[in-house]
Amino acid sequence: MSKENKFKNQAKQVYRMLIMVWCVVLLGVVFAIYALVDPNFSAFNTDEELQTVVIENTIEEGDWDKIENGIHIRTGFVEDDGLMTVVNNCTSCHSAKMVTQNRMTKERWIATIRWMQETQNLWDLGNNEEIIVNYLAKNYAPKSMGRRANLENIEWYQLN
Amino acid sequence: MAGIIGADIVFGSKMPVNYQPLALQETDPFTLFNLDKEMVVLNDKPWNIEAKAHLLDEKVTSNKNMFIRNNGIPPENIDISKWTLTIDGESVQQKKSYTLSELKSKFKQYTYQLTIECGGNGRSEFNPPAKGNQWTVGAVSCASWTGVRLKDILDDVGIKDSAIYIGYHAADSHISRNPNKEPISRGVPMSKALQDETLVAFKMNGKDVPAAHGYPLRLVCGGWPASTSGKWLNGISVRNKEHDGAKMKAPAYRVPKNPVAPGEKVKDVDMKIIESMPVKSLITYPKSGAMIDLGKKLNIRGHAWAGELEVVKMEFSIDFGATWNTCTLEKPVNRLAWQHFNAAITFPEKGYYEVWARATDVNNVAQPMLVPGWNPKGYLNNACHRIAVKVK
Repeated sequence: MSKENKFKNQAKQVYRMLIMVWCVVLLGVVFAIYALVDPNFSAFNTDEELQTVVIENTIEEGDWDKIENGIHIRTGFVEDDGLMTVVNNCTSCHSAKMVTQNRMTKERWIATIRWMQETQNLWDLGNNEEIIVNYLAKNYAPKSMGRRANLENIEWYQLN
Repeated sequence: MAGIIGADIVFGSKMPVNYQPLALQETDPFTLFNLDKEMVVLNDKPWNIEAKAHLLDEKVTSNKNMFIRNNGIPPENIDISKWTLTIDGESVQQKKSYTLSELKSKFKQYTYQLTIECGGNGRSEFNPPAKGNQWTVGAVSCASWTGVRLKDILDDVGIKDSAIYIGYHAADSHISRNPNKEPISRGVPMSKALQDETLVAFKMNGKDVPAAHGYPLRLVCGGWPASTSGKWLNGISVRNKEHDGAKMKAPAYRVPKNPVAPGEKVKDVDMKIIESMPVKSLITYPKSGAMIDLGKKLNIRGHAWAGELEVVKMEFSIDFGATWNTCTLEKPVNRLAWQHFNAAITFPEKGYYEVWARATDVNNVAQPMLVPGWNPKGYLNNACHRIAVKVK
């Protein structure tokens, strides 16, 4: 076999291998895109319940920061001055529910921010701190419950 | 939007307007964890979900009614063939690792029903309010756990006389996604670690431990704050001092050494670690809000538990504690399991009633009717549970 032919054959082999590699990469990319768009692979899942849930959870993009009856729908935060500052700073690491289920004075909201900065990697809030703390202390202030509250929100039903 | 997902959306221009990619949608916890639809989600990042009293009516708590308290983000893509438990620390003879199959074959297996209650169960009632997940009554469970005794593993590894405390390590990640931070790494003193019932468990209610409860391996320390029962367990350090992992330091899972007034500031040095949980009970049947006809008996039932101790007396009151009546109380199926009680109640006249339940432990300590000693983090509220009843 001449040197030229040998070179041609080697080149062909390299060429084939490259095509193979590209095919594999292409398949991988297609799979990755699909996984990104549909991580639950719901198109392959006939479970109707799962599909319903997926649809229910879809928030239309135009409604991303929708406010209804004074509540920021996506997070559950009360509408007031500083709302978006709170949303942007307080919900990237933890759930908004971590905030909205709590009630604290201004002093204790500040102490909570310090605790998160010392132990949970919360950043320096700069000028936003006052905006956030004022918003929280006003809208999520403690209510006095006494030593034992009445039973509330009782759903009455007939027991036979 | 691409910035939020952290990747370009290929074919993004072909995506329908108003369509939100699944990567941004929250997953439904009821489907994700197979939960009863009445479970209450307190927090979704990390997941914190509690039961309602009537959901806990089963003698052995099933997965669908079991509270979830996560501090971090559970591990994904678990390969159980590669999962190991590593025992290390200052007080081991030598560091040693076990695969799951080694743990299962090398040590004798035991099954116990173990009460696990979150230290903050009942936090929502403290006044002034305490920071954290606002648990009401449902952060307690008593499932059946199967595994090997931690003491058998530690015996096989070899422990030095200097051992004081164990601390667990796990495969979950910190919610800040910082790989150098553990979300939680707590533990117990050697005396608790070496109890017969302290298990390294791989089964709950006869099946693999559910994902939310620590699959494939969980340390289970019944009767102590649930935070000592480390989920997704992959390491245990035998320490020659009190373990100093995440959430071991004050004020986490600690209460004041001496009683304090509501709202009082407490220095970290004046706080002590919570160990055994206090005496407590729940009326799990009927559900609060029952209306019955006058002259009809109301059958109530529920569970009582007392941390390391046994409950010896169970009572109910329909007159806000003026008089108490005894309930029938069963013995626990094993130490650290909750005990079942029941009673039949006759109401003297029509009207609104509250049925209050009160357990008393073997040391003659009973549940208070009022919310007990205020503490900065809102732990250990073991006040009597009550349900509303109307007689017509």
